Amino acid sequence: MARTTPRTRLAAGALTVLALAGCSAIGADDGPDDATGDATGASDGTVTLVTHDSFALSDGILAQFEEETGLTVKQVAPGDGGALVNQLVLTKENPLGDLAYGIDTTFASRAIDEGVLLPYTSQAPAAVDAAQHAVPGDDEGLLTAVDFGDVCLNVDHAWFAERGVPEPVTLDDLTKPEYKDLLVVTNPATSSPGLSFLIATIAQKGEVQYQDYWAKLRANGVKVAEGWSDAYYTDFSGADGNGPRPIVLSYASSPPSTVPEGTDEPTTGALLETCMRQVEYAGVLAGAENVEGAQRLLDFLLSDAVQADIPGSMYMYPVSSAVDLPAEWERWAPLATDPAPIHPKDIEANRETWIAGWTDVVIG
Amino acid sequence: MLHPGRDHPRTRRSRLPAGSAALWVLAAGLPLAFLALFFVWPVATLVARGFVADGALDLGGFADVFSRPRTWRILGLTLAQAGVATALAVLLGIPGAYVLFRCRFPGRGALRAFVSVPFVLPTVVVGVAFRAVLAEGGPLGALHLDGTFAAIVAALVFFNYTVVVRTVGGLWEHLDPRAEQAARALGASPVRAFVEVTLPALGPAIASAASLVFLFCSTAFGTVLVLGGLRYGTIETEIWVQTTQFLDLRAASVLSVVQLVVVAGALTLAARARRRQERALHLTATAGAAHPLRLGRGHGVDTAAAAVTALVLVGLALPLVTLVVRSLRTPTGWGFGNYVALGTTGGGAGGGSALSVTVWDAALTSLRTATDATVIALVVGGLVALVVSRRPRARTARRTVSVLDALFMLPLGVSAVTVGFGFLLTLDRPLGLPVDLRTSGLLVPIAQAVVAVPLVVRTVLPVLRAIDPRLREAAATLGAGPGRVLRAVDLPIAARALGLAVGFAFAVSLGEFGATSFLARPDRPTLPVVVYRLIGRPGEQNYGMALAASVLLALLTAGIMALAERLRGSVRGGEL
Repeated sequence: MARTTPRTRLAAGALTVLALAGCSAIGADDGPDDATGDATGASDGTVTLVTHDSFALSDGILAQFEEETGLTVKQVAPGDGGALVNQLVLTKENPLGDLAYGIDTTFASRAIDEGVLLPYTSQAPAAVDAAQHAVPGDDEGLLTAVDFGDVCLNVDHAWFAERGVPEPVTLDDLTKPEYKDLLVVTNPATSSPGLSFLIATIAQKGEVQYQDYWAKLRANGVKVAEGWSDAYYTDFSGADGNGPRPIVLSYASSPPSTVPEGTDEPTTGALLETCMRQVEYAGVLAGAENVEGAQRLLDFLLSDAVQADIPGSMYMYPVSSAVDLPAEWERWAPLATDPAPIHPKDIEANRETWIAGWTDVVIG
Repeated sequence: MLHPGRDHPRTRRSRLPAGSAALWVLAAGLPLAFLALFFVWPVATLVARGFVADGALDLGGFADVFSRPRTWRILGLTLAQAGVATALAVLLGIPGAYVLFRCRFPGRGALRAFVSVPFVLPTVVVGVAFRAVLAEGGPLGALHLDGTFAAIVAALVFFNYTVVVRTVGGLWEHLDPRAEQAARALGASPVRAFVEVTLPALGPAIASAASLVFLFCSTAFGTVLVLGGLRYGTIETEIWVQTTQFLDLRAASVLSVVQLVVVAGALTLAARARRRQERALHLTATAGAAHPLRLGRGHGVDTAAAAVTALVLVGLALPLVTLVVRSLRTPTGWGFGNYVALGTTGGGAGGGSALSVTVWDAALTSLRTATDATVIALVVGGLVALVVSRRPRARTARRTVSVLDALFMLPLGVSAVTVGFGFLLTLDRPLGLPVDLRTSGLLVPIAQAVVAVPLVVRTVLPVLRAIDPRLREAAATLGAGPGRVLRAVDLPIAARALGLAVGFAFAVSLGEFGATSFLARPDRPTLPVVVYRLIGRPGEQNYGMALAASVLLALLTAGIMALAERLRGSVRGGEL
């Protein structure tokens, strides 16, 4: 390696600085926001959407909204599920944005009780459909349902067909000896579907007996993974063909993703008697700088363009009955007819107790 | 500053002139302000919330949390996991440092870059890859390690091996070989020469590496969660659960304090170990200390070290190879389909997209963010290292310097959740300025820099400290002003470590997920965030893309570390 003189080093250093300046994110950042610094004034022109980090819409959909309204949408995603709601609670005095999206059934009560939201009743056509999923007791209209899904056990059809074992149907089936060591679920303390499934068992078995049920599952070899991807891709036999267990906790909407190339039938299916319904809500934040913009954005989330895009982008079912589901979903992703009924208030009041009870029985 | 002509500069420290003292205060003040604004204040605010109930101080949380048996079990497990993993990483890392930094052989540069890859891979990916190796049906499935304590320790070593190899290797490479050669010439066995001459000389670097690894292990989050679950929960995972799930800030704050105590304890021990062993080492200017790797009979040391290192490398490669192999599997057979798909936004059964940007866009965002973070970390970390490397004679000044040293290590020991939530509470109007930093996107590189600064300090500091103070004094005696001394003595020597520091800082920023996940904007995600999003969606295409994106991240990292390696070679100080 050639030795360098201080002068060439200096030159190299200067070049580096220039190169760095070109690569910097700071220069490239906030492009859309700068554009709003014109005559309209920043606070009128920007609406900030606080969401979970799974928020995604297909290209051009948000741009369409921006074009129609002249607003610029800024997104912040300070965490997932529970973290999102907890952050809204902590930043109540000076909220992170104008509209929150992604508050789900299990944390809805906390958001309502903590006073982080402003009432708003959308006049969008799909608002009537959304009202069907309203949080019971939310008479002011603090939260508006945008989409929903069912957390259900999924089975690997091929695994059961090969062995000639009938697929399980109910929660009780899973405690039978023929299904020993076949089930993998996720931890309710760390995973949102895990919590939903725990709630499903509590809804079906009762607040006391659910522990007995889980004790039986444990005796029958249930495996607990920490997160959905871990369970689905490593332990489950149906997704990647590698895992050892043919029953996994996932969603009613997962099976269409397992249609192999060249065929039209998925290799997995959901057990619709094991489900809990998760609804995702949006709400205008108390203290929002741009309340009107937030309301317009909420209306937009209920528009046909967004509603039709939700299955493909977020793997949830749109609340709107006016849009068509993708064909595969129509065929292979039916919803539970009778998902476990449970009140968000009960979840809020008992979450810690239930999770602690579950941990005692299953983890020990 | 020492004036020419003054007698016995080494026994009696002269007073600093006012101008020079002001410069040093400034050099210490800038990093301190940075740390205060972007770390201490947010964390303190959040922790304080847990201790204030209805406007009054309430420390009842301590009694409450400590009466839970679970707390004690978690504390014990945290210490056990971190302790065992640190010991193993050091034991395996020292031979690795020897082979990769003290010996010459073809492909050494590539291997050095390779060992740093695990360090920056997103934990969720490593978790899946690791479990694929260990789970039933995997290459090591027969060992039944899945979900065991051993699996977690193995993963922690996997992540942190490179920290030991690089920190120790960086010093070893420049260690004057003549001391050991002299010991050998005087009849010492290779083992004895190593234990009595080389090992003490490496002490500061080993202590430094061990304290880093211990910090990383005791605050490991994703790894522990994926591999061991709550059964082997750590303080860190418990803080995460209490904060994000239960919003029990009281319990979270108590646990944060406990974590701080553990971390402060580890830092104190490490500092003490370093102090005992630290002394000016003879560093050679060139890397001429390396000799060709010799294997076989009569070269027991080289052969043994190479064997251990080869074994470790296989262990590191196994999950990575699994990752690469799986990334090449597509629904239609083997091929590069997943890599081609990186230019798309993913897809679901509905024909929509799983991402709002392509993986290439995310990679660009990552590179840009990491560039900013690296610059910030280098400026802040470089100043800290410079200030801390001085050993003032006055007791209080010495104390202050060592407190400063420990202070900048703390970001490694505090949960990303606490920092992330703290940011949201404090940075809505930082210092009264009308900027909402929380939503600006600027915060991402800043948060990454906070995590990278300790690494910069730890890589540059041992080298700066090892500069013989007599060199500076000689320069000063010859009439060089303080600025000239810095330029002529400190800088050329520090430059060697700086290349590595750049690499580390960049790689850490590139792979940072904990704090970034709270701050990154969904329309401008970084590469690890994209990987996390893709792997959270059903469908073989999304899974395949997640793996391909992880391989991309690994390659970027390896490339950057290799580049840093080069940089280090070319900026060698010509004056010495």
